[in-house]
Amino acid sequence: MSESRQYELIYIVASDATEQQVTDLHTQVEEIVGRFSGKLEKSDNWGRRKLAYEIGPHKEGTYVLEVITGTGELMKEIDRRLRVSDRVIRHLTVRIDEETQRIERARTLRKEDSQRRRVARGLPPERQPGEGPQRSDDDDDRFGGDVDEAM
Amino acid sequence: MRGEGRGRSSSSSEGGRGGRGGADKKDDKKRTLFRRRKVCKFCADKIDDINYKDVKLLGPFVPERGKILPRRISGTCATHQRKLQTAIKRARQLALIPYVTE
Repeated sequence: MSESRQYELIYIVASDATEQQVTDLHTQVEEIVGRFSGKLEKSDNWGRRKLAYEIGPHKEGTYVLEVITGTGELMKEIDRRLRVSDRVIRHLTVRIDEETQRIERARTLRKEDSQRRRVARGLPPERQPGEGPQRSDDDDDRFGGDVDEAM
Repeated sequence: MRGEGRGRSSSSSEGGRGGRGGADKKDDKKRTLFRRRKVCKFCADKIDDINYKDVKLLGPFVPERGKILPRRISGTCATHQRKLQTAIKRARQLALIPYVTE
């Protein structure tokens, strides 16, 4: 048996599909996952969204995200099924386990590092509420404004 | 030879002190614009995860035309630009970001 990996699957269902059809698709995916003894970690319906560009006749679509742990064969089967289905206008599978691990590692490393330095400065290891610069993303003027000046 | 070496070292120390090197050169007559030093947004804000689902994060790096903002303009470091590139391309496939906009 091949190795189990974590994948992320996103598919876009045509906007003319009913709620029922969207749920049906989800159960279909769930069923395949079960058949290949995989595990459905998370399922998230983003709801209806406008597409950034038209795909054939479609201008809108329902986005569904599924996080699946399983083998490559499982994903291959899901891919095949979604390809065949005419309700699904687009889908994408991405392997995420390695990336999540890398992010996790980077976070813990950074946290440990900051804790060590804080302790060395005689501060409590965790940042206290109200400490440090208080700024929001809107104050960030490094991007946007002066961009076209360099072109 | 020796004199040349001395001259060079003194001029480089002058340039180095300013931090924003090159500002006191000839082309500064043409451009009096103050150029801010660019920093990589992802390094500065400590964003580890450049995810293709996060359209709000990718947005500033995809100007109106829909092209990916080059590194020389955004100041993103090589590692993060590479991650950004895959993220934008994935987001395009899923129609979260346009390929082109006329």
